[in-house]
Amino acid sequence: MQNIRILTAGDSSLLIEFGKEISPEINRKIAATIQLMKEQHIEGVVDIIPAFCSLLINYDPRVISYEEIRERMKALVRVDVKAGETRKRIFEIPVCYGGEYGPDIANIAEHAGLSEEEVIRVHSSRDYLIYMLGFLPGFTYLGGLDERLHTPRLANPRIRIPAGSVGIGGSQTGIYPLDSPGGWQLMGMTPVKTYDPSREMPILVEAGDYIRFVPVDEAEYFRIKEAVDRGEYQCTVHEEEV
Amino acid sequence: MGIRILKGGMMTTVQDLGRTGYQSQGFSVAGVMDVRSFKIANLLLDNPENEAVLEFTLIGPTLEFTSATIIAITGGDFHPQVNGEPVPMYTALYMNKGDILQFGSARTGSRGYIAFSSYLEIPVVMGSRCTNMKSSIGGFKGRKLQAGDYMNFRIKRRYLPFFLSRKLEPENFDQDSAEIRVVMGPQDDLFSRQGIETFLNQEYTVTSDFDRMGCRLEGPFIAPKETSDIISDGIAFGSVQVPSHGKPIILLSDRQTTGGYAKIATVASVDIPKVVQRKTDHKIHFRAITVQEAQELYLKEIKELDAMRNIIHQPCKEVLDCRLVAKRLMKLFE
Repeated sequence: MQNIRILTAGDSSLLIEFGKEISPEINRKIAATIQLMKEQHIEGVVDIIPAFCSLLINYDPRVISYEEIRERMKALVRVDVKAGETRKRIFEIPVCYGGEYGPDIANIAEHAGLSEEEVIRVHSSRDYLIYMLGFLPGFTYLGGLDERLHTPRLANPRIRIPAGSVGIGGSQTGIYPLDSPGGWQLMGMTPVKTYDPSREMPILVEAGDYIRFVPVDEAEYFRIKEAVDRGEYQCTVHEEEV
Repeated sequence: MGIRILKGGMMTTVQDLGRTGYQSQGFSVAGVMDVRSFKIANLLLDNPENEAVLEFTLIGPTLEFTSATIIAITGGDFHPQVNGEPVPMYTALYMNKGDILQFGSARTGSRGYIAFSSYLEIPVVMGSRCTNMKSSIGGFKGRKLQAGDYMNFRIKRRYLPFFLSRKLEPENFDQDSAEIRVVMGPQDDLFSRQGIETFLNQEYTVTSDFDRMGCRLEGPFIAPKETSDIISDGIAFGSVQVPSHGKPIILLSDRQTTGGYAKIATVASVDIPKVVQRKTDHKIHFRAITVQEAQELYLKEIKELDAMRNIIHQPCKEVLDCRLVAKRLMKLFE
């Protein structure tokens, strides 16, 4: 892969830029690099932040110098990712669309020139790649929203959007992991907790996973919600080769 | 067996070096703003390097000790008093049961630290005791402290060897103007030559928009070549972000993990304490150094802290000198 740049981000961080576009190939390359870093266990790496087309590495200069980590990473990003070697995980996220669960679905439908039913069908008919997590704990930046559903953010952001809300902001769709202010158009709610600090793994998904929204009715929503509250709900996860 | 908060001050939180290892999931690191003052407070008490402390901002807290312990106060000068009497900073201090430790507003600097020899009993969440207020996790119930809050100590530790030697020169936070050294990048190539010259040669002023997330500066417009919008990427501690309004923002402990504005430079680790101890209307000048120079400064500071650890472990001269001891004893009998 060409055009990979290793940039300085101060005396304790390195930014590796894998390209300047949002694409599944670049994202896979980043995931593969992280995998290699884990396998090789580079001494002194404190934290990593994968993003759309970059990887920020925080390191401890007491353990590894700028030159050393730069050389290590240079060699590491040269390794090619072979197709078929990676598997993808797809998480099924049940969503109760419309009504009080998704107060802005009419806006989205009107903007798209579709009926609400069609909006639900289009939104739930494809798998979305999780490019990165950020902004809030467990907040997923998803790629691949159908262009017809691209909807501008609300002119007046809401003070409080409840956790579990599923919405659209511009060309992005996603789930609010916790109560937060925000300007996204809300189209539904999931009873699944994508962030639960009391769980052993507080965050459900990782960058590189996929999300599939599955429409459920209100009765099913409450059935799942009760199971979630009892701590008994397990998300359906499919594994496929990339 | 602990401390009771009588007044919370403006913004007092439990902090340590931060919650690292979870940024890929969207968790901010949080942690202390002034790492140097934090480390000195803990080393004065032989605490582990990452032991949790209280960090307070602009107006300090008032606390009551419900058991004896030893504390150290560092950072800005908030005029600390015990039972109404001024007490020194940058030294180990005995606290008795019932003692009341009170702080005023920051005379110099803007952040202060209290370390405890008996260690605060705060649960470890995802590897850290620090407070992440945005996610409401860690620290004391995931929030800042307020009147009535009560924290226990984890251990009894009321004796420290070389007690009289545990004194260091207080740091000086009195300057109205500070030179802040930065390493250029990662996105300095998105700014025009003139933009970079402005950034490095002009004076910037700290605004009141200054909290644990970041410090907004006012000053001359830093021109991008085209746009300063980038595809969101990870943010380091001390990143200097320049949005399209052309004014720099230094991102600090509670920064978001990722952001979509170009970062012209990153503050050298050793100079972040200087930034966080600024007050509104203070001036900042940026000076570019290489990443190697910044790392050398960092390693030098580690050595400096080791030297401090040595100083406080030397027997106090007054105790060693027999004549001085004899004189003191004489006085007692006179």
